[in-house]
Amino acid sequence: MRGQVSRKTVFAFIGPAVIGLAVVGIAPLLYAVWTSLHFYNLTKLKRVEFIGLENYMTVLTDGVFWQAMGRTFFLLGTALPLQLALGLMIALVLHQPGLTLIKTLCRLSLVLPMATTYAVVGLLGQVMFNQKFGVVNQLLGGADINWIGDPENAFAMIIFWDVWQWTPFVALVLLAGLTMVPGEVEEAARLETKSKWTVLRYVQLPFLLPGLVAVLILRTADTLKLFDMVFTLTRGGPGSSTEFISLMIQRVGFRGFDQGLASAQAIILLIITIILAQIYIRVFYKEV
Amino acid sequence: MTSTRSLWTQIALLVVIITVCVFPFYWMVTTSLKTQIVALEAPPVWLFEPTLDNYREALFEDGVLRTLLNSLVIAVSTTMLALILGVPAAFALARFEFRGKKDLWFWFITNRMVSPIVLALPFFLIARNLGLLDKHITLILIYLTFNLPIVIWIVTDQFRGIPYDLDEAARLEGASQFTIMRKICLPLAMPGVAVSSIFSFIFSWNELMFGLILTRTEAKTAPAMAVSFMEGYNLPYGKIMATSTLIVIPVLIFALIASKQLVRGLTMGAVK
Repeated sequence: MRGQVSRKTVFAFIGPAVIGLAVVGIAPLLYAVWTSLHFYNLTKLKRVEFIGLENYMTVLTDGVFWQAMGRTFFLLGTALPLQLALGLMIALVLHQPGLTLIKTLCRLSLVLPMATTYAVVGLLGQVMFNQKFGVVNQLLGGADINWIGDPENAFAMIIFWDVWQWTPFVALVLLAGLTMVPGEVEEAARLETKSKWTVLRYVQLPFLLPGLVAVLILRTADTLKLFDMVFTLTRGGPGSSTEFISLMIQRVGFRGFDQGLASAQAIILLIITIILAQIYIRVFYKEV
Repeated sequence: MTSTRSLWTQIALLVVIITVCVFPFYWMVTTSLKTQIVALEAPPVWLFEPTLDNYREALFEDGVLRTLLNSLVIAVSTTMLALILGVPAAFALARFEFRGKKDLWFWFITNRMVSPIVLALPFFLIARNLGLLDKHITLILIYLTFNLPIVIWIVTDQFRGIPYDLDEAARLEGASQFTIMRKICLPLAMPGVAVSSIFSFIFSWNELMFGLILTRTEAKTAPAMAVSFMEGYNLPYGKIMATSTLIVIPVLIFALIASKQLVRGLTMGAVK
């Protein structure tokens, strides 16, 4: 039968990758579980001791973790709808026939933001949104807005860069979906109705759904991972107004030196990620 | 006529989209060509006499050149390692039948979902205990957590697209599975290998958090270097933007080369 090979052969091919990924992906997790059950402070290494679930109790009862979590989902809840709306608009414009040259140019420029180093996006944010000599305030007609130093403005700025960087991704995913619609079907629908909305809702949307699901899953995962851009732009500040979950854990572990508590937070974050992934899979990929 | 008007609206929209995408890069490059005095002018000036001083200073006096080389060595090594481990695994996933294949595949791919901070904490402690802080090898290994899945994902797909008949014919000739992979399938899977290498390179090159936590001076990566300019009050904006430009340009070139596959690569883990 095709594909039947000895177990030895299977292992020879796949073993190295499995071992490799286990060493770098799973062993550290086990170590994090161990750390999370200990009092483990980088400044008091003589005093590492087993404290059971105390770190977990602290995480679950202490507001800091849940505030950071809430902030993270608030960012997702504000940035994602913007990305979807703008992305859909861009995809629909690019999907229309004609103007090939400028559309090719447009598609190429859309690639740039999502490839940009996240840290550089943060640095660009620092330069462009500076209150005194930033170009953003200049373009807003000489406004005097303190973007980086004000909690709400800083949050808005993070949303702006997240939308800037990831709307192109959403647009290109949705564009790929639009090109899947058979040409005859779309034309027939356009003869039937003048309403672009009807065509979008009943003809194109079914083809967009797989892409939309992918976007939802990935944006959720990426927002939970978000670190580089925010770290370079605001370091989570002012106060803790832009301290998203990954930044908070980094602060506790490396600037607060409490590795035990940070590990417990990380493990809980991992559990939440797994639960979310399971929910998404159950809801969207029922057939699997 | 309405159609002419809608054509102009379309063009206007496209121009706006292009401008919004490209403007930050324009601003980055122009700021990198400003002296500190010009960079700190308020409101900002658009026309000025460009200078390459920021690049010269950053590269040769502040050691950005070295961090770029570090980033290059790390990104290339981790990509090669991911290919060496990932290509045979992809071949097995595409060609062999064995128990637990689906679970294994699922595990490989969902690694992308895990927040890197979860791994950063234990990796830091382990590296510290083993004396591996500030060593290239540490980042080379940890970047495997995202490079290996992307290689396996893309290359498995590519192997699946190669007709089985070729394998069968070779096997009748007495070729081993390894020979079949290397001599017959791999040459045909080269586009996938190339695209996944580009991805692996971009991700590793762009990464900041692990670089920040796990390196100090010897193995410091370019993004970590750019961030370290942000200390203090009188920030050297021109130099920061010069360093940013040097970091971003190779990535943008690669991204444009692989632009057709970029979206597909980024949807890894969410589409089957």
